[in-house]
Amino acid sequence: MPAAAVLSVPSASRPRAADLGAQGEPYLWMLGGALALGIAMIAGLLVLVLWNGLVTFVPREIALLTLADGSRIAGETVRAETFRVPAERLEGLAPEAKAKIAAEHGLARRTLYRTGNYDVYNDDFRWIADFEVAGVAYPDGMIFAERLEWGPFVGRLQSVTVDGEVLAASDIRAANVRAAHDLARARWQRIRKIERVEIGAVNHILERERLALRRVALTSGEDSAAWRAAAARFESRQTDAQARHKMLALEATRLKERDARDRIVLVEIGGAAKDMALSQVVRMYRANEFTWADRAAIYLSRWWEFLSDEPREANTEGGVLPAIFGTFAMTILMVIVVAPFGIVTALYLREYARQGRVVALVRISVNNLAGVPSIVYGVFGLGFFAYLLGGNIDQLFYAERLPNPTFGTGGLLWAALTLALLTVPVVIVATEEAIAAVPRSMREGSLACGASKWQTIRRIVLPRAMPGILTGIILAMARGAGEVAPLMLIGVVKLAPELPIDGLFPFVHLERSFMHLGFHVFDVGFQSRNSEAGKPMVFVTTLLLIALIAAMNVTAIALRNRLKRRFAGGHF
Amino acid sequence: MNALSPAPEALFGPTVTHPRDGGQGHNLESDRFNLWYGATQALFDVTFAVERGLVTALIGPSGCGKSTLLRAINRMNDLIDGLKIAGEIRVDGRNIYTPDTDVIALRKRMGMVFQKPNPFPMSIFENVVYPLRVDGLSDRRLLAETAERALVDSALWDEVKDRLQDNALGLSGGQQQRLCIARAIAGEPDVLLMDEPCSALDPIATARIEELIDELRGQYTIVLVTHNMQQAARVSDNTAFMYLGRLIEYGETEAIFTAPRDTRTQGYITGRFG
Repeated sequence: MPAAAVLSVPSASRPRAADLGAQGEPYLWMLGGALALGIAMIAGLLVLVLWNGLVTFVPREIALLTLADGSRIAGETVRAETFRVPAERLEGLAPEAKAKIAAEHGLARRTLYRTGNYDVYNDDFRWIADFEVAGVAYPDGMIFAERLEWGPFVGRLQSVTVDGEVLAASDIRAANVRAAHDLARARWQRIRKIERVEIGAVNHILERERLALRRVALTSGEDSAAWRAAAARFESRQTDAQARHKMLALEATRLKERDARDRIVLVEIGGAAKDMALSQVVRMYRANEFTWADRAAIYLSRWWEFLSDEPREANTEGGVLPAIFGTFAMTILMVIVVAPFGIVTALYLREYARQGRVVALVRISVNNLAGVPSIVYGVFGLGFFAYLLGGNIDQLFYAERLPNPTFGTGGLLWAALTLALLTVPVVIVATEEAIAAVPRSMREGSLACGASKWQTIRRIVLPRAMPGILTGIILAMARGAGEVAPLMLIGVVKLAPELPIDGLFPFVHLERSFMHLGFHVFDVGFQSRNSEAGKPMVFVTTLLLIALIAAMNVTAIALRNRLKRRFAGGHF
Repeated sequence: MNALSPAPEALFGPTVTHPRDGGQGHNLESDRFNLWYGATQALFDVTFAVERGLVTALIGPSGCGKSTLLRAINRMNDLIDGLKIAGEIRVDGRNIYTPDTDVIALRKRMGMVFQKPNPFPMSIFENVVYPLRVDGLSDRRLLAETAERALVDSALWDEVKDRLQDNALGLSGGQQQRLCIARAIAGEPDVLLMDEPCSALDPIATARIEELIDELRGQYTIVLVTHNMQQAARVSDNTAFMYLGRLIEYGETEAIFTAPRDTRTQGYITGRFG
């Protein structure tokens, strides 16, 4: 039979309708399902972080519990859960409580209360099972006071002393106490400023002069003419500085004495009184007499403190400004390093290098670099940048400071360089692709106008590839800002005494160690004395880190879209 | 004999042709020029001379090497890996394929217009003055004058004079191609190389470009690659017919189209193949 005849008569045995697989429907569902699952996981994570982060700073009411054994405790409700009651706890219980637990198959509810008063109780969180509680009340007069040390205090106000005079009981009105408190806080801020900033600056000058003298000693030798001149100058400067130091110290002492005369006595629910300086209280409020406006004010003031202040209480309280600053500075520095480096490398690879075995090998290696565990980069950064490069820089330029390392230890610069190394493959790959995607007709048009290769790259290829390059930089930034492991080796610390940028010459201190939000999350969540107290901070810090990265990305994306618009609008 | 399967002696016979001398002399000559892409030979012993100030069309079926020849004139083929050449192309009597040739200077003497309009993603003004920018010129008045002259010469001025700072990608296809012509003549070249400049345009835009070529005649030596024979007949003074990498016939357009000497030329222009 001729072939054409066979084709023209459809075979009866062949099914006419395509089977399910051929229709592609199940695959479509599979693909869609995978996408939905991915989105659900990401959304779930974001909602978890967002919710926990946002509610952390909401001030809560203080519950006053009377327990079955007659004791009383007061605290904020943190959360509740169901638990299996251990046998030894069942024994002493009343029969009806026992019966109730038995009816629930041995389960009961319990609630976690933040009782505060760590200095009195030796803990500040307590689990209370429902069957222990005899009564719950939310009485007026309960005060929640956040302190500089020992965490919050939960109790009642007994007395306030201003400048050594006890305020009459009739005088303890909210406005009164608040005014005294604001004054005490302002005074405390002033003391801190004197001690940290002003005395710090004097010390800085002293140290600089000492180092200058030592430098002269190292270069010209001690007892040389130059050294004697320098020593004389050092003496005079030292005298000046010491005089200034003395003056500041005196002012600080005077303020502290005054500070010690403003006192507050709080008494916890068990009757133990706590007498402390009024300035030690960061914030206090009557938790059970709230209007919504009060609540909002406390909420916002806590956020403000979080964003603008330094951490205290082993990072579990206070703010994270140094960490925000460190993360931001390091990421920007990293981008400044990684962008030109990656772009130049990609340009050479794609435009100038002879395409062949060697370039292919280089390209594979670059791609593999992206898969190296980040901690390895940390080790490399510490060994190469800090110890080798930094060590030599110290020998050459900071010999007078040795054996204290300047650049010879982890710091902002080395961390940024390490992360730049970590993220450079992303930039290289993205840039190469963006350059390759520039239409050949553009290059030819430019070359035909008599442009050299470099002019063509500079004026046509790079601008045209810029959106793609920016995509690479955005990815690199997102990866770099979220990276923690290598930083732990190369410059991030739990608590940095100084910001990398300040008012002291040379203003930008790239050698300083810094704080980082990612490390802060790790430190607060897993390294602090009290993980329960740190937990809310973990969520808030995570929220902040995500927000910071998102903000930086949105900025970069907006920039990219602006560039992209230039290349849109062809009428073909 | 069928033109689709020419006898070997017809294909590989001597292809030297004698163009008309317009009285102004030749400024482009190709002398036994051969070109290989890797192992594939694309041009075989092409010898012809282009007359100064006239429009010369290169016609022939797809893949006959007319674009390759055109791109050989300003050495755009240099970008291709594995390119080999033999023979000479002379511009004003100088071989441009010597090692000491300044390719950039050569390209500055030649404006080139491509098959698809390829304006750069920048303003109309910057597109036109691009050849001056790469020369490092930044005198505002000079740039503005050059841009206006080039745009007037390319018959685009009236349409764009009020929006010179707009993005060139917002122009229509025909406008974009005229912008590319403006860019090509802004650098004041001697020669304009046009590689099927109308193939991506509609008939009206095509007519505009053809008019423009007609207006530019005399100012520039124009080499026009086209696969549209009517276009070649309409706008060119001389026509060269290429086939399978060889120059088959070269002469005055009228002669080529009315009395072709070669059977293959005849076959092509009468539409029997191509």
